[in-house]
Amino acid sequence: MSDKLVQVKDLSFTYGGRMVLRGINLEAHRGQVVAIMGNSGCGKTTLMRLIGGQLKPTQGQVLVGGQSVGELSFHQLHGLRRRMGMLFQFGALFTDLSVYDNVAFPLREHTDLPEAMIRDLVLMKLNAVGLRGGQHLMPAELSGGMARRVALARAIALDPMLVMYDEPFAGLDPISLGVIGNLIRRLTDTLGMTSIVVTHDIQESLRIVDYVYFISEGVVEAAGTPAEIKASELPYVHQFVHGEMDGPVPFHYPSSTYLADLGFAQ
Amino acid sequence: MIEGLAHLLRRMGARVINSIWRLGMASRFLALTLMYSGTSFHRFHLVIKEIFNAGVLSLIIILVSGLFVGMVLGLQGYETLQTYGSEEALGVLVALSLVRELGPVVAALLFASRAGSAITAEIGLMKATEQLSALEMMALDPIARVIAPRFWGAVISMPLLAAMFSAMGVFGGYLVGVVLLGVDEGAFWSQMQAAVDFREDIVNGVIKSAVFGVAVTLIALFEGYDAPPTAEGVSRATTRTVVTSSLSILALDFVLTSFMFRGE
Repeated sequence: MSDKLVQVKDLSFTYGGRMVLRGINLEAHRGQVVAIMGNSGCGKTTLMRLIGGQLKPTQGQVLVGGQSVGELSFHQLHGLRRRMGMLFQFGALFTDLSVYDNVAFPLREHTDLPEAMIRDLVLMKLNAVGLRGGQHLMPAELSGGMARRVALARAIALDPMLVMYDEPFAGLDPISLGVIGNLIRRLTDTLGMTSIVVTHDIQESLRIVDYVYFISEGVVEAAGTPAEIKASELPYVHQFVHGEMDGPVPFHYPSSTYLADLGFAQ
Repeated sequence: MIEGLAHLLRRMGARVINSIWRLGMASRFLALTLMYSGTSFHRFHLVIKEIFNAGVLSLIIILVSGLFVGMVLGLQGYETLQTYGSEEALGVLVALSLVRELGPVVAALLFASRAGSAITAEIGLMKATEQLSALEMMALDPIARVIAPRFWGAVISMPLLAAMFSAMGVFGGYLVGVVLLGVDEGAFWSQMQAAVDFREDIVNGVIKSAVFGVAVTLIALFEGYDAPPTAEGVSRATTRTVVTSSLSILALDFVLTSFMFRGE
C-alpha cells in the first residue's frame, strides 16, 4: 500500500452555481499532521466534507486509502467512515448523553463488545485526553476545551486511520488551545494515524504540523513545511502569517471608488 | 399597474411552487423514515425512550385539560338537556363528544404544541450543533438513528394520550353532572354504555388520533430536519410546526369525520 493515505486530485466543487474549489491537489502521508489553512469562507470545510464523503466532487477525485470516496456505494462509504474520525468545530457531542456514553457511542453502535470491555476502552480514550475523572459529566457542564477533548476521545474510539479536525482551535483560551494542539500531535504519533487539521490558527498549527496547504479563493495558493511557510515571501502567505490588514486579501469589500460614492467624481 | 399585478402573480406562483416542493420533500422524508425503521424495531429501547419523551412528559397537560374539558361539557350539556327534561342523557353527550371529536382533536392540538414543538426544536438544534453530521461521519444514518425512533415513539403515544384525555373527560363530566348537579348515577352510566358503540365511536376515534399522530409527528420531524441551522431558523421552524400541525389536524378531522359519520 502506498504511503499516501489521502490524495486529492484536480478536485473541483460547485455549489449553487458558485465554484467553491477549483483544481485542488493535496496529499497527506501516513503518520503526518497536515494543516489546511485559509481565511474564512475559502472552502476549507467544504474540502473536508468532500474527503469525508458528505459531498460529492463536481470534478476530480478524492482517494482515501486508495478508494475513490465520491464513487463508493452507501455501504462502502459507511465502511470507510468507520475507519475515519472527525472532530467538529464545537465538538458536536450528543447533548442527551454523558461524557462516558458519548465516547462509548461508536463502540456500542459498531461493535458487539461486552460492556466490560467497552468500559476499559472508554476509560483508555478518556485517559488519553485527560478526562477520565469527568466521565459522569454531561456535555452542558463542560468548558469549550473540555468538550473538544471529549469529542476527540470519541473520534478516536474506533482507532481510526484518519482523523479530521474542523477548526479545533477556534474560540479556545491559550491553555486549552495548547492542550488540543499537543493532543493532536501526540495521538497521531502514538496511534499511528493521519490527521488533517482545517484551521486558521497559524501560530499553533506551525508548531505541531508536518505540512501546510494554504487555500485562497478555492485554489491551493501555497504549500510547504512550517519552516518553508515561515520563510515564504509569497504575498498571500506573508499577509496570513503576519496578520496584516491589507494585501492580496483586501481590507475593503469590492466597491466603486470612495470619491465616486461621496459624489466627487466626474 | 400591469407591472404590479405581474409581480403579485409571480410571487404567488413562487409560493405555490415552494409549497408543493416542500410537500414533495416531506413525502420523501416520510418514505425514508419508514424505510429506515428497521433499527427502531430491532432495538426497541430507542423507541421506548421517545415514548417517554413525547408521551409520558405530555401526560400532565393532557390529563388536566381532559378533566376540565369534561367538566365544562358537563355544565354546558346539563344546561341544555335540562330544558328538555332529559338530563339523564348527559353521560351520552359527554362520552360521544369526547370519544368522537374532542378527545382526538384537542389531545392532538395539545400534543402538537407540547411534544411537536419540542421535537422540532431538538432536531433543529441537533442539526445546528452538527450532531446529525457527527452521526453521519460515524457511519450511522441520522434518519435511522434519530428520526425513525422519534417517529414511532410519537405515533404510538398519540392514540394512548387521546384515550386518556377522553377517559379523564368522562370522569370530569361525571364529577360535574352526577356529583355536583345530581344527575342520576345509574342513568348516567347505563345510557352511556348503551349509546356508545365500540366499532362506530371508539375505533373511529382511535383511527382519527392515529392519523393526527402521524401528521403531527411527520410535520414536527420534517420542520426540524429542514430548519436552517441558526437560532432564527430553529425558532421559525418550531412556530411553523405548531401552526401547520394545528391546521392539518382540523382539516384532517373534517375529512375523516365526513367519511366516518354520515348520519345513516
